[in-house]
Amino acid sequence: MVHFTAEEKATIMSLWGKVNVEEAGGEALGRLLVVYPWTQRFFDNFGNLSSASAIMGNPKVKAHGKKVLTSFGDAVKNMDNLKGAFAKLSELHCDKLHVDPENFRLLGNVMVIILATHFGKEFTPDVQAAWQKLVSGVATALAHKYH
Amino acid sequence: MSLTKTERAIIVSMWGKIATQADTIGTETLERLFLSYPQTKTYFPHFDLHAGSAQLRAHGSKVVAAVGDAVKSIDNIAGALAKLSELHAYILRVDPVNFKLLSHCLLVTVAARFPADFTAEAHAAWDKFMSVVSSVLTEKYR
Repeated sequence: MVHFTAEEKATIMSLWGKVNVEEAGGEALGRLLVVYPWTQRFFDNFGNLSSASAIMGNPKVKAHGKKVLTSFGDAVKNMDNLKGAFAKLSELHCDKLHVDPENFRLLGNVMVIILATHFGKEFTPDVQAAWQKLVSGVATALAHKYH
Repeated sequence: MSLTKTERAIIVSMWGKIATQADTIGTETLERLFLSYPQTKTYFPHFDLHAGSAQLRAHGSKVVAAVGDAVKSIDNIAGALAKLSELHAYILRVDPVNFKLLSHCLLVTVAARFPADFTAEAHAAWDKFMSVVSSVLTEKYR
């Protein structure tokens, strides 16, 4: 189980407080679909995904991205029990959505890059390290109930 | 996997800006790598890896210079990195998973320094480019 120091928690929470979840969510999901086009396999009903600009402007992508990132907010509130916090979502992603957990790692890294573009210098190597720990923990928690 | 004309143009044009901060970008990339992925330090037992160490700076420069070589010969990355490919296969033998980690840290560094340039399209081009570079470097592993 991943363990966060008090410092890491503070770092994560302080940055999270400044994130525009709606905007960042759309961007994260959009970039996932642009950078790793095979991830579009889960979104056949999202309409126009034919180009980077189509994807980034797609209202369904934005809406779903917001949903995903809002849920990520639960991770920030439950860093000491990620597996518990994401148990139900893990079952959903396995049994109903059939998502390969590798996709959670891809999305986590895309999120880190977005944080880097938003926060620039503030997103120091130390801050990144704390966030890599979190996105990795979330990915593991989401995969935990797979069978 | 090969780069489209558009992707090459993006890489080459952004490299112009990146090159002006090459050394610090190299150092920062390695700092990020060692902090986020401590296991990567196992390849450098002989280095002083503290922030600001001369060895870290020198090695960071080396890494970014090599990426630069790939950019300058973007139509023939395999040719440009042939010697480095052999070095990694026969001498360094860095496990292939680590190329993804280093690539990610380079992208984070570039994204943090050039947010306006690092659009979704640029992000995709760079991710692909580093993937090609990594493939070339591990091509002779077995």
